[in-house]
Amino acid sequence: MWFPRLASDRALRARPTDGAFALTLKQDNTERLYCLNPAAQALGLGRGMPLADARAFCPQLRTLPANPRQDARFMQALRRWSTRYCPWVGTDGVDGLVLDVTGSAHLWGGEAGMLADMAARLERAGLSVRLGLADTRGAAWALAHYGEGVSVAPPGAGLGAIGMLPVAALRLEPEAVTGLQRLGLRSVADLAGTARAPLARRFGPDVLARLDQALGARAEAVTPQADPPHYGVRLTLPEPIGRQQDVMAGTERLLAALCDKLHAQEAGARVLCLTLRRVDQASQQVELRLAGPMRDPARILPLFQRGVDGIDAGYGIDQLRLEAVQVEPLPVQQLSSSARPRGGDRLEDLLTRIGTRIGLENIQRVLPADSHIPERAFVLAAAAWSEPDSGWSAPRPRPLILFPPEPVQAQGGTPPKRFRWRRMGLSTLRAIGPERIAPEWWMQDDAWRSGVRDYWRVDTQEGRRLWLFHTPQSPGWWAQGEFA
Amino acid sequence: MTLPRRSISGDGIYLGPGGLYDFFMTQRQIPSFPLRSGRVHEATGPAAPAFAAICAAQGQGPVLWIRESWRPEMPNPLGLLAFFDPARLLLAQAKDQTDMLAVAEESLRDGAVPLVIVAISRPLDLREGRRLQLAAKAGRATGLCLIGEGMGSNAAETRWSCSPVAEETDSTRMRWEIIKNKTGTIGSWDVRWDHASRRVHVVSPVGKRPGAEGAPD
Repeated sequence: MWFPRLASDRALRARPTDGAFALTLKQDNTERLYCLNPAAQALGLGRGMPLADARAFCPQLRTLPANPRQDARFMQALRRWSTRYCPWVGTDGVDGLVLDVTGSAHLWGGEAGMLADMAARLERAGLSVRLGLADTRGAAWALAHYGEGVSVAPPGAGLGAIGMLPVAALRLEPEAVTGLQRLGLRSVADLAGTARAPLARRFGPDVLARLDQALGARAEAVTPQADPPHYGVRLTLPEPIGRQQDVMAGTERLLAALCDKLHAQEAGARVLCLTLRRVDQASQQVELRLAGPMRDPARILPLFQRGVDGIDAGYGIDQLRLEAVQVEPLPVQQLSSSARPRGGDRLEDLLTRIGTRIGLENIQRVLPADSHIPERAFVLAAAAWSEPDSGWSAPRPRPLILFPPEPVQAQGGTPPKRFRWRRMGLSTLRAIGPERIAPEWWMQDDAWRSGVRDYWRVDTQEGRRLWLFHTPQSPGWWAQGEFA
Repeated sequence: MTLPRRSISGDGIYLGPGGLYDFFMTQRQIPSFPLRSGRVHEATGPAAPAFAAICAAQGQGPVLWIRESWRPEMPNPLGLLAFFDPARLLLAQAKDQTDMLAVAEESLRDGAVPLVIVAISRPLDLREGRRLQLAAKAGRATGLCLIGEGMGSNAAETRWSCSPVAEETDSTRMRWEIIKNKTGTIGSWDVRWDHASRRVHVVSPVGKRPGAEGAPD
């Protein structure tokens, strides 16, 4: 199954247009045409043409930027859809599907019936498709890419079915194709009739391997892709419910099913989303962000309580859907009395509960950072996504409390005898310093525009122990912290 | 007037991990310290953050420090290093006092965090103070509210007024004063923090030491 215009077909499904249309992709600093519709191709445009040239040829060309990631996702959707024909479906490049229909064609009334059904359904979906069916994967690829429309090779046809096709149909490198054509070997039949040893010497084993694969002399497997596990469960109710206890009971059932799934995959949920659909088709969501990966229903259920409290049930809720939006690996662990104290789990539960109130990212941990600048000597990281780090060192005493610099009314380069701070008159008892800290010139910081700072630790007669600094380059005194 | 219901040297004196030495050097003269667990206490005055840090240094396990995100004052982990390992610190940044109290109540009730420090910005009313007290009792955790001058709540177990004291040679001297105590006497102590041994030492007040008679205040 080959989709020659997958990307533009996908874009045109959302926004149909009659005229010439193309998707562009920025390659090597140039916008180039990435995928075109038949109308554009009929006007003489081609893949890889710079957009400026294409515009010159065809001013009415309509373009959109291409999105290869969305295309890949669309391809996965098609792959999942194709399992309706047979269970053994793999992808082939970025725009092809390969199906092993052995033993499932009779369900669709034979191979012809199956291909007709595929073509009809895909055409209705607005996708142009080329289908090829043969004994081997290589031959089917050749028929799909170089045959006409829907081509079927009768069983055991071998060379008879693909002999007329050009050598490029063998999935060869472009250099090999050019080389073979220079030798006068234009079709597959020509190639198959040539002595093998000189070919292998000249082009390497790859050309013959591809030929053997297409003719069935060498096996080639179709690798089906497993669906990524889906962590979602739902519960549809015959009668709408509205009481909190009922919703929690429903959630409990869903959680049990979801946690079984998570357990089977050795995963733990990090973000859960409970969607409650009401009778009037409106739906409400409860999002639960956990402080650590979890899959224990008894621990997760109470955490939903706060979110469920805030739900407006309206005329009643008739469907509950629970999905683990974000999942992290959580290997099964040996239970032992000494392995891990229960405190860690309890703390995570607590952080989750607090996080539902103030946001999980607002519970922070301090981590050491490599900087002399007092306010940058540590970083705040969300506690749920970081591990405690004990690599702290303070070569000099630092204040217990830090605040943004506050002006101090004083003059001179050494700590003044008397000064005013926060409308308090203070007098210096003892001053230790200076400790000069230079700004980090590689960081933009407006607070450090005033240049180097001379920090003094000032003990006052009144008792307060302040961390003052003087900025010699633009004279002034400031207070930035207080010692214990 | 409340009479002391329990004698100072009576039952329930806690022998810290440092054993007898620790006991004699630190807790001998401060009956209500370390703070009683399962209760909420209050600290006020300029040295209240230092008091909180020393309380955290007395215990083990995580310390939850709840503050309002708009407040300029911020505990400095490098300063806390003199008291305890900052890896134990968890900072909760709430947007207002209501959230802060909700977080405090939740974590006190849970008990997973042995010490919860709340930097309060407006006085607690009777209901809020009582709720915190009940939560601390349920979770057997210790709560410590850092309050401004005159913002005490009636439900607090003890209230400490902490202020730094100036001295020529010592930069860690503080005066701790219990100005409210539900289960003991009030009193006043001069203490200093020993960075090396991470321990509180009770010292005699300035100017009243032997040999310092007549020294100027």
